[in-house]
Amino acid sequence: MALLSKKDTNLILDPLTDNNPITIQVLGICSALAITAELEASIVMAISVIFVMATGNVVISLMRDIIPSKIRIIAQLIVVATLVIIVDQVLKAYAYELSKTLGAFIGLIITNCIIMGRFEAFALANGPWRSFLDGIGNALGYGIILIIVGFFRELLGSGTLLGFPVLGDPITKTGLYATGYENNGFMIIPPAALIVVGIIIWVQRSRNPALVEEN
Amino acid sequence: MSLKSKLHELKLKYQGKKMAPAFNAFHTFLFSPDETTHAGGTHVKAADDLKRTMNTVIMALVPVLVFSMFNAGYQHFSAINGFPADFSLMNDFLTWDNFWIGIIKVLPLVVVSYGVGLIVEFIFAVIKGHEVEEGYLVTGMLVPLIVPIDTPLWMLAVAVVFGVVIGKEVFGGTGMNILNPALTIRAFLFFAYPTWMSGDKVWVYGARERSEEILAGANVDAISGETILGYLAQNKGAEMTYSVSDMFYGFIPGSVGETSAFLILLGGLFLIYTKIASWRIMVSAVIGSLVMGLIFNQVVDFGWIGESSKFYGLMSFDFWKHLIVGGLAFGIVYMATDPVTGSQTNKGKWYYGFFIGFISVMIRVFNPAYPEGVFLAILLMNVFAPTIDHYVVRGNIKRRMNRLKNATIYPKDSDGKAEELKAETV
Repeated sequence: MALLSKKDTNLILDPLTDNNPITIQVLGICSALAITAELEASIVMAISVIFVMATGNVVISLMRDIIPSKIRIIAQLIVVATLVIIVDQVLKAYAYELSKTLGAFIGLIITNCIIMGRFEAFALANGPWRSFLDGIGNALGYGIILIIVGFFRELLGSGTLLGFPVLGDPITKTGLYATGYENNGFMIIPPAALIVVGIIIWVQRSRNPALVEEN
Repeated sequence: MSLKSKLHELKLKYQGKKMAPAFNAFHTFLFSPDETTHAGGTHVKAADDLKRTMNTVIMALVPVLVFSMFNAGYQHFSAINGFPADFSLMNDFLTWDNFWIGIIKVLPLVVVSYGVGLIVEFIFAVIKGHEVEEGYLVTGMLVPLIVPIDTPLWMLAVAVVFGVVIGKEVFGGTGMNILNPALTIRAFLFFAYPTWMSGDKVWVYGARERSEEILAGANVDAISGETILGYLAQNKGAEMTYSVSDMFYGFIPGSVGETSAFLILLGGLFLIYTKIASWRIMVSAVIGSLVMGLIFNQVVDFGWIGESSKFYGLMSFDFWKHLIVGGLAFGIVYMATDPVTGSQTNKGKWYYGFFIGFISVMIRVFNPAYPEGVFLAILLMNVFAPTIDHYVVRGNIKRRMNRLKNATIYPKDSDGKAEELKAETV
């Protein structure tokens, strides 16, 4: 027997492509704009969201029968806030510099629409295992876009990847810089992230016209 | 066989094929097509199609381009040898040496702008299967005129691709764009490569090379080509040697084609005469910039801003001089009047133009990091233009509804027919 049934596999794979939280549902855009100037920050953000999303979905799914529906939003907020504080503290303890870069945005995972959206739409109606897979899938779908955007913004904007100068040194003019190439300062500022996300959306929809919205 | 019939055969050969738009474009770019309106039936005939409109703007730009080629050389040699003591137009300005600098520095910008832009347009026309649009004809001429002369060609190419794709094609091509593509290109360059778009080394050919030679240890004088706005932003207005007539005729450093207010004025009059550009936008933009300039002058007169203030240089600059330095005149005449991105209603054009002038001068003064506020002001008003139009149209509807409500229709005869009429119309 396979580890995952086909239905379960789709829970993970769908959000990566045809039901991506950022490019299709257009949720969680704010953090995608704010922290993707560097690849490292994007990766850490992606991992944090994967942790919060997967654990949160499981917890909510386990509690789904005992949460009164009138106060379910508050209950969800408490769960997600607890998890976010854990992530924040871990980052402060083990990666202080990075946690300073990410700043308020780790705390703002609480308000990330994707998380509350999945709690409401999935965890409240499904068992813990399937909720776990759904959480992993959606957070991965979010993370993958963050990493793509972070990759291009850091490469074109700073000429580095994860802090390593892959294109040469802009000050001593080595590597690509010797030919007159310059870093693109536009990629550092947040509007560039919007445009990169827009291009991803464009490419995705022209490859699969079924995704294009009617209007 | 003539070129025209060859192109026509090519066009027929590729009819219905994937590459058809590209061949159609070549055909109609140079000649009018063979298929014309046939007799019979009712047709509206007008000579001013999109291509004619675009060509008129280009005609208005040609004097500016030629002047800028001479000015490129004039600024280059003056920066090295000093400005000529008694300036004569024929001996110091309209010389082959000056023009040669223009050919090697300005012409490549034009070629790259057109080459890259048209390639992008052709690719999109082939993918989407529509005709190649003429929209790039004017943009391609504007772009080289609004960048500093030392802009590296690859940067220009990258910016043109960005501007045409993100600024225009994603919205659906010519006529559908929200932002002026030429200004999108300028804005991209400005934010992407700020060191190449501002400072005192980029406006005159040779200044950057000199400073690099000096860094490398060569024993030569540094040359600088600070713009007038640059001097003022640093409160160094007194060091400036340019006279008002230099500013007006354009013998000053600046972006390639923006310097000559005189030729831009002629171009503007030509565009107004041919009814291609809106005089309302031009006039209101001039008024807007004068009003803002006057306000700043008054602030200085009242003594609210002293000489120690970092705004003093630009605020105390005579209000009317704002129009003849920097890119304000060029922006007002050639960019703000873009019929696609500007306001469409006559009343809206007044608001749209006024705020362009007003905000341009405001950005100039308050943000010395952006001495060229005009491109930001126009882009901002491009975004607001549809909103302005919306409220103008709404206001018009409201006014007419009121008029209708209060209308009295005088009875034509005594049997009370007027009441019936009124009831029907309301």
